[in-house]
Amino acid sequence: MRRHVLSGFRLSTGYTLAVLGSCVLLPLAALLWTACELGPSGWWAQIGTRRVLASLRLSFGAALLAATIDVLLGLLVAWVLVRYRFALRRVCDALVDLPFALPTAVAGIALTALYAPNGWLGSRLVPLGIEVAYTRLGVLLAMVFVGLPFVVRTLQPVLENLESDLEEAAYTLGASSPQRFIRVVLPLLLPTLLTGYALALARAIGEYGSVVFISGNRLFRTEIAPYLIVLKIDSQYDYRGAAALGAVMLAASLVLLVAMALLQRWTHRWAIAR
Amino acid sequence: MAAVSAMVSIGGRPSWSIRVARVFLVVAAVIVLAWLLVLPLIAIFAEAFRQGWAFYRDAISQPDSIAAVRLTLTVAAIAVPLNVVFGLAAAWTMTHFNFPGKALLGALIDLPFSVSPVVAGMMLILVYGKYGWLGSWLEAHGVQVIFAVPGLVLATVFVTLPFVARELIPLMQAQGSEQEEAALTLGASGWQIFFRVTLPRVRWALLYGVLLCNARAMGEFGAVYVVSGHLRGLTNTLPLQVDQLYQENFSAAFAVASLLALLTVLTLGIKRLLEWRHGEALTGR
Repeated sequence: MRRHVLSGFRLSTGYTLAVLGSCVLLPLAALLWTACELGPSGWWAQIGTRRVLASLRLSFGAALLAATIDVLLGLLVAWVLVRYRFALRRVCDALVDLPFALPTAVAGIALTALYAPNGWLGSRLVPLGIEVAYTRLGVLLAMVFVGLPFVVRTLQPVLENLESDLEEAAYTLGASSPQRFIRVVLPLLLPTLLTGYALALARAIGEYGSVVFISGNRLFRTEIAPYLIVLKIDSQYDYRGAAALGAVMLAASLVLLVAMALLQRWTHRWAIAR
Repeated sequence: MAAVSAMVSIGGRPSWSIRVARVFLVVAAVIVLAWLLVLPLIAIFAEAFRQGWAFYRDAISQPDSIAAVRLTLTVAAIAVPLNVVFGLAAAWTMTHFNFPGKALLGALIDLPFSVSPVVAGMMLILVYGKYGWLGSWLEAHGVQVIFAVPGLVLATVFVTLPFVARELIPLMQAQGSEQEEAALTLGASGWQIFFRVTLPRVRWALLYGVLLCNARAMGEFGAVYVVSGHLRGLTNTLPLQVDQLYQENFSAAFAVASLLALLTVLTLGIKRLLEWRHGEALTGR
């Protein structure tokens, strides 16, 4: 290894590793250790119950759907914010960060208050037969809320730097505005859209605070996986069961992390090739 | 920006149908934002003040709420500086040196953002809890981590770990090491280089990172919930107090929640101001 020109390598790297070690690596190792100790059959004994499987299905199913909705809504919002000039544009742009900055518990009780049968929206929706609070629809709504800024903020810089020459070429060849969007812009945005999707998905799968209030945590119906982890630790002192479920969630996070790293490489190569 | 002006130039004056489509898209986007984001924000304040000023004042000034405010400030006051030092150290390592495993270190720094906060809290219990790897040893030495303030700090540090590093690393990468190396040839010591060359160049990005880190630190719920044991007046931070009040006294919960919502609005305002006034200093471009 070449000698470093600047000093401070040992100090800065040592401190970084010490914090990472005590806060991240050691806890990660403890989770993996506890999960491995269970063995495959012990792990399945914890995971394979009707209640846990229902929660995993809800967490992953709702998160996949919420991330899809986020991509559609996020594309609309990002497109409008980047391409058009209108009154309140700056306010709208600033607002997008709200789910990042609003504490999840606060978002959770606010959504619940809005959609509860006596809330502003709930009192209008429930007579129409649309129940949001304490249903799976509520879980989905909370997940859409927390995931939206990931898609918008991932898309915005890419949309801003999108080369206009291809669009202009399509225009001169007689492509209409929707055709230009679907055949030229959308394919260029694809890697970015997928990155935004993965980010929103990762957040939605692990989300706790925004979801637990509006979900109502009804047995087999609206219990999310993070809620069951909390329940196992908090009232059942079942650390092994919690670790078994936690390992599943962690595996999902790691798969998404790797997917995002690959996507980034793809985007990068794309940018160089152009 | 080039794309925008080019778009405008395409076709000269846009046709009637395109103008209608634009208006439609803008209105749709505004409706999405208003429905999904603005409405919940308004609901918090409306619920908080539903029973009047006097009730609001009482709710936020009762002893448990004051204790929660104090604990939230304490935890943030420990966790945020820890993350500032971590972010600076990590950025210094990641941008000025090459070493094996650097990519892995970068991935590890970002990892806490992808882990569910609840899983993070559980992992900390497995290490620092009573039956955890280090818990019994720590307890024998009179240190309680889980269900106490150190656990809250650890959980907060975990979930906010990448904030400062994430702002600094790309910026310092864009700036390069030339100025630091120039200072070195002029005889500056390592600390002199850090305090007089590096730090002034990254100060706005550092402040930006601190702002986001602080907002998350004060608002974290899931990770802190797991490790706190929710002992009222002892280990309840503001978000945990909101949760507990929500079970008993709806309006009081929203009154306390409105304090956090206020912090959010303030944070977003300062964030915008920083981006507007010091946008170039934040990205190095």
